[in-house]
Amino acid sequence: MRGATRVTWSVGAVGALALVAAGCGGGGGTGGGGGSGSGVVRAFWTDPQNPIEPANTNEVQGGKVLDMTFRGLKKYNPKTAEAENAVAESVDSDDQQNFTVKLKKGWKFSDGSAVTAHSFVDAWNYGALVTNKQVNSYFFEYIEGYEDVHPESGAPKAKTMSGLEVKDNRTFTVKLNQKFSLWPETLGYAAYSPLPKSFFSDHDGWLEKPVGNGPYKVDSYTRGQSMQLSKNDEYAGNDKPKNDGVELRVYTDQNTGYTDLQAGNLDVVDELPAGQLKNAKKDLDGRYINQPAGIFQTVSFPEYDDAWKGKDKLKVRQGLSMAIDREKVSSQIYHGTREPATDYTSPVLKKDGGYSTSLCGEICTFQPKKAKKLIAEGGGLPGGTVTITSNVDTGSHRQWMEAVCNSINSALDKDNACRVNPVPTFSEFRKDISAKKMDGLFRTGWQMDYPLIQNFLQPLFYTDASSNDSGYSNEKVDKLMDEGNKASGEKEAISKFQDAEKEILKDLPAIPLWYQNGNAGYSDRVSDVRLNPFSVPVFTEIKVK
Amino acid sequence: MGRYVIRRLLQMIPVFIGTTLLIFVMVYAIGDPVNAMFGDRAPDPATAAQLREEFDLDKPLWLQYVLYMGKIFTGDFGTAFNGQPVIELMANAFPITVRLAVIAIIFEILIGITLGVLTGLRRGRPIDTSVLVLTLVVISVPTFVTGTLGQYLIGVKWGWIAPAVSPAATVDELLFPGLVLALVSLAYVTRLTRTSIAENGRADYVRTAVAKGLPRRRVTVRHLLRNSLIPVVTFLGTDLGNLMAGALVTERIFNIQGVGFQLFQGIVRQNSPTVVGFVTILVIVFIVANLVVDLLYAVLDPRIRYA
Amino acid sequence: MTSEPPAVGAGGAMDAMNVMNAASSEARAADGASPGPEGPGPAREVRSLWQDAWHDLRRNPIFVIAALLILFLVLISLWPSLIATRNPLSCQLGRSLEPATAGHWFGFDTQGCDVYTKVVYGARASVTVGVCATAGVALVGSLLGGLAGFFGGVWDALISRVTDIFFGIPIMLGGLVFLSVTGNRSIWTVVSFIVLLGWPQIARIARGAVITAKQNDYVLAARALGASNTRMLVRHILPNAVAPVIVTATIALGTYIALEATLSFLGVGLQPPTVSWGVDISDASQGMQFRNAPHILVYPAAALSLTVLAFIMLGDAVRDALDPKLR
Repeated sequence: MRGATRVTWSVGAVGALALVAAGCGGGGGTGGGGGSGSGVVRAFWTDPQNPIEPANTNEVQGGKVLDMTFRGLKKYNPKTAEAENAVAESVDSDDQQNFTVKLKKGWKFSDGSAVTAHSFVDAWNYGALVTNKQVNSYFFEYIEGYEDVHPESGAPKAKTMSGLEVKDNRTFTVKLNQKFSLWPETLGYAAYSPLPKSFFSDHDGWLEKPVGNGPYKVDSYTRGQSMQLSKNDEYAGNDKPKNDGVELRVYTDQNTGYTDLQAGNLDVVDELPAGQLKNAKKDLDGRYINQPAGIFQTVSFPEYDDAWKGKDKLKVRQGLSMAIDREKVSSQIYHGTREPATDYTSPVLKKDGGYSTSLCGEICTFQPKKAKKLIAEGGGLPGGTVTITSNVDTGSHRQWMEAVCNSINSALDKDNACRVNPVPTFSEFRKDISAKKMDGLFRTGWQMDYPLIQNFLQPLFYTDASSNDSGYSNEKVDKLMDEGNKASGEKEAISKFQDAEKEILKDLPAIPLWYQNGNAGYSDRVSDVRLNPFSVPVFTEIKVK
Repeated sequence: MGRYVIRRLLQMIPVFIGTTLLIFVMVYAIGDPVNAMFGDRAPDPATAAQLREEFDLDKPLWLQYVLYMGKIFTGDFGTAFNGQPVIELMANAFPITVRLAVIAIIFEILIGITLGVLTGLRRGRPIDTSVLVLTLVVISVPTFVTGTLGQYLIGVKWGWIAPAVSPAATVDELLFPGLVLALVSLAYVTRLTRTSIAENGRADYVRTAVAKGLPRRRVTVRHLLRNSLIPVVTFLGTDLGNLMAGALVTERIFNIQGVGFQLFQGIVRQNSPTVVGFVTILVIVFIVANLVVDLLYAVLDPRIRYA
Repeated sequence: MTSEPPAVGAGGAMDAMNVMNAASSEARAADGASPGPEGPGPAREVRSLWQDAWHDLRRNPIFVIAALLILFLVLISLWPSLIATRNPLSCQLGRSLEPATAGHWFGFDTQGCDVYTKVVYGARASVTVGVCATAGVALVGSLLGGLAGFFGGVWDALISRVTDIFFGIPIMLGGLVFLSVTGNRSIWTVVSFIVLLGWPQIARIARGAVITAKQNDYVLAARALGASNTRMLVRHILPNAVAPVIVTATIALGTYIALEATLSFLGVGLQPPTVSWGVDISDASQGMQFRNAPHILVYPAAALSLTVLAFIMLGDAVRDALDPKLR
């Protein structure tokens, strides 16, 4: 039977093919087990969005790597969030506008080259130059000459900023285009990191294996899979790693990371999935951290939409804020990893830094009856219903949106007063916001760049600021912030910003929801795991048993 | 036969262009990937304009497509927005997914065909009924439910396997995910084999063989099985392509860094070069698998002739 | 033997089943259409294929059970308040994940909604997606496939290539891309997506069936006698070609319902306030929420599986009834 023999043949062929393909897999199996050698911490990671360059990284995952591989002029104390000198010996100014930066001796990059004034000036000029397409370039916008290297449109007129000048190997001066008393405090942000010569001479090679001056150096980096870091022997800082290295493993799903932690295949997972929070303490036998971080969640109103303008609608906005049961959402959905908000900042700033537990007052307190009354007085919800929009690809945004909507619905005694509008991807969500096309409430989260009240208010509420998504504009607020930036002392600056915050709360362009804590779990292989105020694990402190 | 193959190959060209164009338009319709790169900040217009220029996003869609296709034919699949050449991503992802799909196919062959033959020979008996019910249940439970439940029970609660797959994705790690991926197709293979066996069991040549006095075992293996497996083999051939694209859910649950994982990542982040590149390859696999199956079918079944 | 290959395609399971049917029908033609050993009894009156099928179906317990189940599902999709008195959208967050109590037999979900009420109201979304998507796919697919098969030539080449183009896009992947573009996803968005990417499967089968039917002696005879195109199509070809389409469509119906749930799991499925099993199941699976309260996974998942099962069983029974070879 002719046909029959052919069947045998082809089944055999499929089998052979299978064996060949399966064989391909055997060879590559060195990474998984081998990397987790004795003193190496295995940590959860997701693939960074952009290439890992200091001025091109604006999210936590890339930030994790920069925190390990770079040290800037300043560094934020992982416990107190205060800006302390790292590479800088001093940053001085007499007029809050002209600064002189002096560097410490003995700092080197992991390739052995020295960290000089040029390392900083060249890096900052690179970050600001528009043709280098760095997403954090706006961090340099206060330096004089920024408009020349980064014009609104067209080709840049200069390659370097006129405000930066190298005096000698360890000194450079910075001239700002306006007074900014808190500027030195911003210098701990990763965008201000120094860069070695190799970054400019062999850029592609550098990207494959970034070289920095931080406590760790990159040994290997397979994009989309993992990164191996080991101790940087050249490191001159005082926070030398207490372990042999870190292996960052890429996951797409937080939940998988958590199951791997439970199974003992992973040592540190930051940001546990909401569904697991309830069991985390028990699952991990207490190896669970939940501490304040500089992350703040609000829902904003489209101030550019006529439907939300006017005195009456202010009452509606206040009513909506009072209709949200923040306590219950924090406890039932987030199991204590969120704190109900009482102002527009964050507890990590502490009272001295401008955080307040009373500024929002009764507007942020759950009062369903008063909420209903206020909304009725304000003429009801525009169009009878309100939507809440957010991306739902990360975090647990759908859960809180539904809970908030249910809370509003039951306060107003109406089934469809509030509707959830989940957007599948972050970029789709951002597209509509950037185009100012929202017509209801939308999520606006803020993760601080540096622990200053200025960073919580100015980018979000100053007229036309980069993250002012609601389109809010109030001359009085702008003026108070300007005064705050010009103030000679820190205290004065903070009180000006708090005054501005009070004005904003009167207008309520955004409803404060809750402060997001950093949370993490770790395996019994490691100890001394903590998170810094940016909710990034302090890897240098982790000890491997 | 030769002319038929040539004609089919020529027909592949418009299909290839159409499918890739369709995907290209869809992916680019999702929106502007540049927005997402700036996180919660509004994109700075100057930098955004530079980025758009770099990725050809400032050009009309048709020109983008032509430019992209032009590059593909020189073997350049472009660069993902995180700076990694897409071809490098493929080199990492495709072997993993092929391994996963092959493991799934092996499960389908081993379990599916065995059960199918068993039930086909014992039609109407208790074992037949129970397997039949079982396949129905398997088909009706979505893969992501089986996957998550299995991961929790076997991976976390009982600790028999690692709940997630390491970047190396070795064969032993892929066994359970492969089974999960195979389940639904496995149920179909079982049913297909069962029906085929039952049908051929009544065919004249089998009756002749039995009448000749050949041993039952010999009839089953030499005559019945060989002929009954024709539709099964063609099904498995097409399923390989299906499994590779359908691994999306399985790869997401078990953190397998294969094609589905990269595609999902690419879609969420609107990394259009990655998505279009991967889909282009998948489409080629799909189309070629189609052709091979049609040919295989003709080779296996002498009643079909291609002009 | 036809010079054109039959509609063998990479269409997954259903296509392969059809391949098998096609093969068996050819085998039948080859051995002179001799009835099988369990062939029809001698003294039966002459009945059409459809009367025959109906006669069989009524006596098939699987069909009866499936049909009753589907009838029940359709009823509660239309009038969920028949068996659920509460409002699925009024929830108390304070009762989040509480287990079953008197009056709340299935317990509460994460948002503190009554799971029983949500399961009952969820039937509408699943049944609508399944039934409407299948109807759309069958309509578009058989129309285009039928045209290609009947007219042949340029029409066939053109339609077949378009079919191939849409066929080349894996459905899950297409769903992820297509549905993440559409902002507000209602039941109808999901239905139109499934129709957009699902029709080629039916088109291929319809084309193959029409080509086979066209070759039948009585059709050739009708043509020789000068019957018009319309008459041949309506009287002879359609009745014969429609059976494989129906069989494939009923089985596909179940898979579409499961597909909707999977799309929800990937974050691009239906969205509130539409109550849907898919959304509930994926909520329960995400972050393994079901560990805290198994009931939030078990009930919607069971309802979904039961529904898919009912439709697949129905499809199975119909296929057995329509395929004389299996009788």
